[in-house]
Amino acid sequence: MSSATNGSSAAPVITGLGVTAPTGLTADEHWAAVLAGKPAIGRITRFDPSSYPVQLAGEVADFDTKARVPSRLIHQTDRWTHLGLSAAAEALEDAEVVPAELPEFEMAVVTAASSGGTEFGQHEMENLYQHDPSWVGAYQSIAWFYAASTGQISIRHGMRGPCGVLCCEQAGGLDAIGQSRRLLRGSSRLVVTGGTDASLCPYGLTAQLSTGNLSTVSDPGRAYLPFDTAASGYVPGEGGAMLILERAADAEARGAGGYARVLGYAAGFDPAPGSERPPALRRTLEAALADAGVTPAGVDVVFADASGVPAQDAAEAAAIRAVFGPGSVPVTAPKTLTGRLYGGGAALDVATAALALRDQVIPHTVGPESPVPGYGLDLVLGEPRAAALRTVLVLARGHGGFNAALVLGRPAS
Amino acid sequence: MVTGIGVLAPGSLGREGFWDQLSAGRTATRRITLFDPAPFRSQVAAEVDFDPAAAGLTPQQIRRMDRAAQFAVVCAREALADSGAELAALPPERIAVSIGSAVGCTMGLEEEYVTLSDGGKNWLVDSSYGVPHLYGYMVPSTLAVEVAHAVGAEGPVSLVSTGCTSGLDSIGHGVQLIEEGSADIVLAGATDAPLSPITAACFDAIKATTPNNADPEHASRPFDRDRDGFVLAEGSAVLILEEKSAAEARGARIYGEFVGFAGRSNAFHMTGLKAEGREMAEAIRAALDQAKLDPTAVGYINAHGSGTKQNDRHETAAFKRSLGDHAYHVPVSSIKSMVGHSLGAIGSIEVAACALALDRQVVPPTANLKNPDAECDLDYVPVTARDHAMDVVLSVGSGFGGFQSAMVLARPGAVPYERS
Repeated sequence: MSSATNGSSAAPVITGLGVTAPTGLTADEHWAAVLAGKPAIGRITRFDPSSYPVQLAGEVADFDTKARVPSRLIHQTDRWTHLGLSAAAEALEDAEVVPAELPEFEMAVVTAASSGGTEFGQHEMENLYQHDPSWVGAYQSIAWFYAASTGQISIRHGMRGPCGVLCCEQAGGLDAIGQSRRLLRGSSRLVVTGGTDASLCPYGLTAQLSTGNLSTVSDPGRAYLPFDTAASGYVPGEGGAMLILERAADAEARGAGGYARVLGYAAGFDPAPGSERPPALRRTLEAALADAGVTPAGVDVVFADASGVPAQDAAEAAAIRAVFGPGSVPVTAPKTLTGRLYGGGAALDVATAALALRDQVIPHTVGPESPVPGYGLDLVLGEPRAAALRTVLVLARGHGGFNAALVLGRPAS
Repeated sequence: MVTGIGVLAPGSLGREGFWDQLSAGRTATRRITLFDPAPFRSQVAAEVDFDPAAAGLTPQQIRRMDRAAQFAVVCAREALADSGAELAALPPERIAVSIGSAVGCTMGLEEEYVTLSDGGKNWLVDSSYGVPHLYGYMVPSTLAVEVAHAVGAEGPVSLVSTGCTSGLDSIGHGVQLIEEGSADIVLAGATDAPLSPITAACFDAIKATTPNNADPEHASRPFDRDRDGFVLAEGSAVLILEEKSAAEARGARIYGEFVGFAGRSNAFHMTGLKAEGREMAEAIRAALDQAKLDPTAVGYINAHGSGTKQNDRHETAAFKRSLGDHAYHVPVSSIKSMVGHSLGAIGSIEVAACALALDRQVVPPTANLKNPDAECDLDYVPVTARDHAMDVVLSVGSGFGGFQSAMVLARPGAVPYERS
């Protein structure tokens, strides 16, 4: 099987962005909020969180479901899919793609999912256990499962190519893009990819609590402080992003310059607990750079995974330091504005990174005030930093040991 | 190259028992025992008589892992032992895992929900009753994590969840990891353990599962005019995939070689299928193109054969559309007639059956096929297994979301290795 030469003009291009996130209902709104450093974390409103030790989240506020989701699908799908449908439609529009004009079997959909239609599923289990099986609705079978968003996006836009769903917890957004790149080396010309999540229901939050990784700090401005001496875990959020990824030649042929090229990707997995072996992030990062044909010196900014769990922050800082040297590359984590979006988080980071490449500015990290000195990170704080950006590295990790790294470059001029 | 197979399917425990069952045409469908089926429209399932302790899992693994994870880990171990591969001799980062599952850890999720909500009473579930591994049930990725931990894999690890094509797609993904050089060995397969009240209820609601509660042993009747829905099932299969030269260098037994894989989507309906089978036919054609094979090379088709009227007609049309006249000359069978439909897992179980069929040169039958549907007019190998010389087999899957997948497996050396 021939492997495309990476880091070259053959690298696929991100030609459209769609964002449905706590920071905004479009990519433009999101980007404006990121540059303004406008936090979107607040007390949970989707249910009464009073009885839970964590009461903060990044919610997608003011999402007008009726305006953004075809009416027939509102009751057939979970909120997670609503947010995904909205983002996918925006991304296609942004890319100026009219699916009906492209060969149907050459358009694919590959999304990341983390936990599926959790809220929908909780409702239906409540129906079952409060009543009897006849109370369970006909749409549980298609709303809750992890492939719901990919399927609905494929149907809505008439995309009949290979569809996929990767569940690698919070790393999945990068893996979905990696898988999309594989499809673009085959018979697909365009992939709708990315991910969303919306597990802010009582059962979803309760499940997240069991990891012990959520911050119990009640001040929204102090709850999610990755790399900070006061780091206390993270805040959950909902939403995410969808991207249009195209073969370079096809994008060029239709005059779509795009935001960024996908130059490199790699995935790796941590050793089992108790192993003496090192975590996989460093070698995954190095593998993605090698895949991209980029040296560490060629990387202009790192969008960190930035877990906020101190041990995980320390491990990520160690990996970045080992590859780039102490303080040698700007590091940022705009996700402190939204909380961690699970299946949507890495995809949103890629969308943000693509916008950073377009505007040649590094968005700052809002929240941390006293980075752990020993981490040796040049964390971009306070305000956006103008910079000549050619190459961006995005890192993501997922619960259980998933690691992924993606290298983006400026579009070919 | 497939060098090892591990299977947990209803009616048997392990690969050889599975093959014995298939070749005997024995059905494993029965009245549900894992929960009280009385309130449900469909009370039939194909269950695995599984004892996790006897299968080698530790008390902590049993407590922590959902049944679907237990299945996958046991299958991974069986497959590894079968392959003779020495993972300890490989760099861990060259070992990858690709596991498929349609519904993840639903049993664990539902059981814990019942406790946390106190029997469904409280929308604001009581988080103080949450077990420490609850989050592991919410995310299906746990299934891949458990397999990776069990075998010490540190390469790319994925959970592929494309509904009922998950088990084909996860193997397709694993093959790709080998071909692109991302791994030297991949544990690829799928697992599902969906036999719980919420899953039964959601398929009841759309009348997809059989209401034939009076005769559960004969309730899974693909291609028969008396079929009335699929039989829900559980199970798992994991295959060991290795690069050809590495497998040959260590003198591994080779069951078969993956030579083509493709997926297409109907972009029509989440659960509905159009009768003409166009997208499945396209997936089959694309998979054969990749293998550089003519349709006439196909020696056996392992059908999706779920036992719903729309499926049976849809794929019969797809076989004719993609293979032309050859569709009438190739044996087609559905092992779901015996082991039921285990959602995402069944795709991998069926690929395992294909590998064994190639290895043994025997086509498993379609059990319970006594009165063929007049619109299903192919050779579905009714009731009795058949000795059959074959070099190339095709396995297809069709699932919710409109996903259609096709995989082509060949006897080692039967097909030139170079392909597109």
